[in-house]
Order: sequence, then C-alpha cells, then structure tokens
Amino acid sequence: MTLATKRAMTAYAFLALPLAFFLAVRFGPMLYMMGRSLTSWGLLRKTSSFVGLGNFREILADPVFLQSLSNTAKYAVFGAPAVIALSLGIALLLDLVPRGKGAYRLIYVLPYITPIVAVSWVWRWMFQSPPLGVVNAGLAALGLPAQEFLNSPRQALPSILAVNVWVELGYCTTVFLAGIQTIPSEVVEAARIDGASARQVLRKIVLPLLAPVTFFLAVMEGIQFLRIFTQVYNMSMQATGGPLNSTKSAALFIYQKAFVNFEMGMASAASLVLFAIIMAVTLVQIRVLDKKLNY
Amino acid sequence: MNRFRPIAAALIALLALSAFPAFAEKVSITYWQYFYQSKVDLMNQLIENFEKANPDIDVEQVTFPYESYQQKVAAAIPAGEGPDVVNLFYGWLPLWVKSGYIQALPQSDFSADYFKKGFYPFVAESVNFGGKNYSVPTAVRTLALIYNKRLFREAGLDPAKPPKTLEELAAYAKKLSKYDAKGNLVQAGLLMQPNGQGHVWIREVLFRQFGATPYSADGRKVTYADAKGAQAFKWYTDLVTKDKVGYPNFSTDDVTAFKAQVGAMNVDGSFRIATLNAVKDLEWGVAELPSYKGVKSNFASFWTHSIASGVEGKKLEASVKFLKYITSAEVQELWLQKVGELPATPSLSAKYKADPVISVFLNGLGPAHATSYVDEAGQRAILVDAVDEVNLKGGDPAAVLKAAAAKEQKLIDDFWK
Repeated sequence: MTLATKRAMTAYAFLALPLAFFLAVRFGPMLYMMGRSLTSWGLLRKTSSFVGLGNFREILADPVFLQSLSNTAKYAVFGAPAVIALSLGIALLLDLVPRGKGAYRLIYVLPYITPIVAVSWVWRWMFQSPPLGVVNAGLAALGLPAQEFLNSPRQALPSILAVNVWVELGYCTTVFLAGIQTIPSEVVEAARIDGASARQVLRKIVLPLLAPVTFFLAVMEGIQFLRIFTQVYNMSMQATGGPLNSTKSAALFIYQKAFVNFEMGMASAASLVLFAIIMAVTLVQIRVLDKKLNY
Repeated sequence: MNRFRPIAAALIALLALSAFPAFAEKVSITYWQYFYQSKVDLMNQLIENFEKANPDIDVEQVTFPYESYQQKVAAAIPAGEGPDVVNLFYGWLPLWVKSGYIQALPQSDFSADYFKKGFYPFVAESVNFGGKNYSVPTAVRTLALIYNKRLFREAGLDPAKPPKTLEELAAYAKKLSKYDAKGNLVQAGLLMQPNGQGHVWIREVLFRQFGATPYSADGRKVTYADAKGAQAFKWYTDLVTKDKVGYPNFSTDDVTAFKAQVGAMNVDGSFRIATLNAVKDLEWGVAELPSYKGVKSNFASFWTHSIASGVEGKKLEASVKFLKYITSAEVQELWLQKVGELPATPSLSAKYKADPVISVFLNGLGPAHATSYVDEAGQRAILVDAVDEVNLKGGDPAAVLKAAAAKEQKLIDDFWK
C-alpha cells in the first residue's frame, strides 16, 4: 500500500462514522417513511395494510391540507424575497457606515440568535388585543384603531410572516456583509476612476459580484420558509394554525396528523408531498438562478 | 423411628412453606396514568394500602406527561409492553375500544346492575359498548358558573346573588363589561372561550335548554342543527358579536383572564377549584349553571380506569381486584379530598350538601349529560371553528351551525365505517 492510498483509507475510515450516522438517522427513516406512506399505519389501529396511493388521494382532497399548502406558498413567496431584499439593503447601508458597524450588526443579528420559541412568544404577547398588547398600545397612541393581528384570519399569517422576516434578517445581513467584503476594492476604485456613478458601481459591480451569495440565500431562505413550523406553532392561537386554519403551514399539518391524530401513514404521505415541493422549488431555483448568475 | 425423621421433617417444611404467604407466587401489575401531582401522590398511597391488604399482589405506577400520554399508550399496548390497568379520558373510550386497546370488564364483577346501583347514569351509558362495560371511574366532574365577587361589587351587583337564568346572565355580563375610550373590551363580563369549556356548554347545555337534542340516543347522528339549536348557537355568538361581553382568546384564554381579574364570569369545571384557590386576592364564587325557561342542564366528564387487552389469568384477577379498590366508596372520598374531583357514586354526595363550593358542582350532576365522543379533539375543533366563523368572518349562525353539524357527522360516520 502506498502512502497515498493509506492516507485515503484513513480519511475514509474517519468519514465512515458520520456517514453511518447519516444513513441511520436521516436516510433510513426517510426510506421507511416512504414505504409507510403507502400503508394505513396509524398508532390507534392494530393492523396496517397496504393502501397504494390511497393516502395521497385522501390528503390531496383534504381542504385543510390544501389550505396549509397555500399558506406555505404565501410564507415562501412573500417571506423569502422580502428577507433577501431587506437584508441586502441593510448590508449595503451597513457597509457605508464608518463607525459603530459592529453595534449595528449585533442589533440585526440578535433576533436570529435568540431562541425562536422565545421570540414567538414575546411577539405573541406584543400582538395581543388591548389592553395587553404593546403594538396595539402604539397604534392607539397614534390615534389608529386597534387591530386583531393573530386573532384575525386575514392578519394572522402576515403577522407571523413579518416576525419571521425580522428573525431571518440577522442571518442574511451577516452573509451579505461577508459577501460585500470579498468584493475586491481595486475593481470598485477602477470603476470610480473611469467615472462610474455610485449607482452604476452598485448595479454593474456590487450586485453581480454578490450574485452567488444572493443565490445561496435564495435557496436557503426558500427552504426555511417552506418548512416553517415553530413560529406558527407558538404564535397561532392554541397552537393549531388558527384562527380557522389561516396560518397553518404544511409542516404543522403533518405534525398534527402524526402526533395528534396518530395517522402515521397519512402524515408520511403529506411529508412526501412537502418534500417533493421543496425539492422542485429548489431545483427550479438552481436552474433559473444559476444560469442567470454565471459569468 | 429414625427412618421417619427425614420424611417428617420434609413434611413439616412443606407445610410451613405453603402456609407462609411470602413463598406464594407474587403477581405484579402496572397502572398507568398521566402526570398530575395530586393524583400521582394519592395513587401511591392507594397502592400502598392495596398491597398491604393483598400481599400477593405488586402494583407499579407509571406516569407520563399529559401531552405524550396517548402516544405512549398507542405505542406500548400493541407491542405488548403496555399497562395492565390504564387511566383514560372517557371521551377516548370509543376509539380505544375500537382499537382493541382495552378489554371488556368481567361481567361477574362489573355487571350492568353494579353500574346502575353504584354510579351516575351518564357513567353507565358512557362505558357501555355493545352491551359490555369497558371502564369504571373513581370521580366525575361537572360545570358551574364561577364569578369574581370583587368585580360584582364594583359593578353594583350583589355577590350573594349570581345570575340564575340565561337572561340574567346576559344582563349581568353587560353590566360587568368595561371598554376603553375607543370601544375596546378591557374587562370581559362573561368569558367566551369555546376551546375551553365553551364548546361543551354549547353542546350539552345551551342546545338542550333551547329545546334541541344534540345527538341521537346512540350518539351516531348529529341533531343539533335544527331551528332551536340555531337559536341557542346564535344566543352564544350574539354575546360575542353584538353584546361584546367577551370574545375567544381575550387576554390569552378564559382561565388566565379570570385569574388576572379581567374577566368577571366564566363557565368552568370542578377541576379548577384548586387552581382558583391558589390565586392570591381572588375572591371567587360559584353558582349553578343558569337555567333557561326552567330547563337545567350540565356537562359531566370523567377520567376512568380500564384493563388493557391481553391481560389474563392471575394478572387479570389482580387487575380486577385493584380496579375494585380504586373505585370503592372509601377511595372516592379520598379522591374528593385530595384531588378535588366529585365522587362517581350518587349516595356519597349527600355528605357534601353543606359545602358551598362542592355542593354546587354536585347539584350539576343531576341534569348532566356526557357527550359520547368518537374524536374529542376533532369534535371540539368543529364547534370552536364554528364560533370563529361567525365572530371573525361574519357568518350566519344558522348556516354555520348546519355546516358544522355536517362536518361532525362525517367525522362520526368515518369512525364507525
């Protein structure tokens, strides 16, 4: 055995452990779940039988599941672009700040490093109806009428969405800032000497060079919003994705099917549907964005 | 003579062995319940008493958090790892019987007559499936109107005279409600929390008082969505939408609002006594649920004990013995004192006629009904959503109730399919 193969063997040996772990706790259960989605497995049933695509037919005809999918789409379609646009803006502005950059960065990253359950509960209380809620007290001080926020089928989803955007800002801003710092200053200086305006520098140099970072964040945030769960569970009234299912995400629907109703087969089928959607969205993102961003 | 000595010795030893109970084979059984401190403590004491009286039986108590209790049971029993005697909410019985988790109690020990003599009629009805009895409770719970005496005085109402009829209740609720300058409710006259006790108040009390019958006798047909039921439902939702004396989730929920003294009246269960007593400076009173046109009704519910399926032979015998003990009159009284739930045996109630709080809940047992649920959480959600449909989306109460009844009917039909 040559030294090179010996080295490779050692590397493989060390990699084998995480691989085995990954296979056991991620891949195995996933395959098991796929198999189970074709059965009538339920914890409250003694026997489980093969039902083919019956579970898929049933959940895809379930108005609550369809609503949860449409809610999930709303979270992703409005949430991910909002986070990316806002955090890009904040990062660009932060880059211009000569002093106190660290303090600003800390302010933006704080919500992200705070436990999400705590964040959700604080906002849940801030959104309370008068006389409890801080947000409504602010509205009252401005002479505006009180809003129902989490109690209203129309406002509840945007309220939860807004909080999640605020949380994700910290992460995205940090990544964008790092991206901005990798842009070579020579390029920018050269452009300036050639007479480029600030706007031209931004559009022709900074944004294109930030494209890979933007692309990475678009994919990550897309996934993040598509599988939103904790915020909805903790902020919606009685943790049910209410009122009237208006905030229920697909992940919360799956959780309830599996661990409230114990319909494991059905929950597996719903998981697979969500998995397929996330996979498809990500593939489309990679296709479309990657092509556009290649130079 | 010497020859017989060993034989005699062996005989004596044998006699001694059989006479000494410690050498008899011990049977051990397991009892499962969810974790609720006072219940767990009392059960430990009961087990000790029981083991003293039955030295050949060993009982082990296992508890789980309420949130994961059903999951544990559902995972353990089919795997044969479950309990012998198990505690469950009566509303889960149909599902557990259908799933085959629990077995019918032996006729010889728990006959129909046994239930008729010793228990309230709603108990006997709720534990009987296909002519067989599956479960037996120690204690039961009912609803009552609880109210804040201080807030009564503030509103110029006499705390010694709580409302007796639904008309009075609505009038009191209006007097007890307070609003800020912008018209926002800041003190609820009556807490309206359908996902608390509100949905059962509508289901088993208001519907009946307005002349509707919520379900057919066998519980398989939803019958509340007639004109009278719609009236009852509208009476409830009008309090929210028109009179604005309270609304769902006001100050997070009814119990929080009542404890924080921003809700003056609430419909709640006897299981809340200890919680409310623990709140400092809260002066609360309790009254029977208001009647309507002379009709009284109440909702009763209970936690109950069953024997898991697959338990047989000596273990079954021991389980039956244990079950008999923990549902005996003696234990029912202990349960009332230590846990605060009402005895499941009518004759025991007489003793507590003088207790100002307990007697009110006990009086509720007379006209009480227990819904025969097939999916307690699912059926609850349907009425909770119905109130939201009217309150948040401006739906017409009668139409919304009709849709809710159809949804609930489908749930029940799917279960019995």
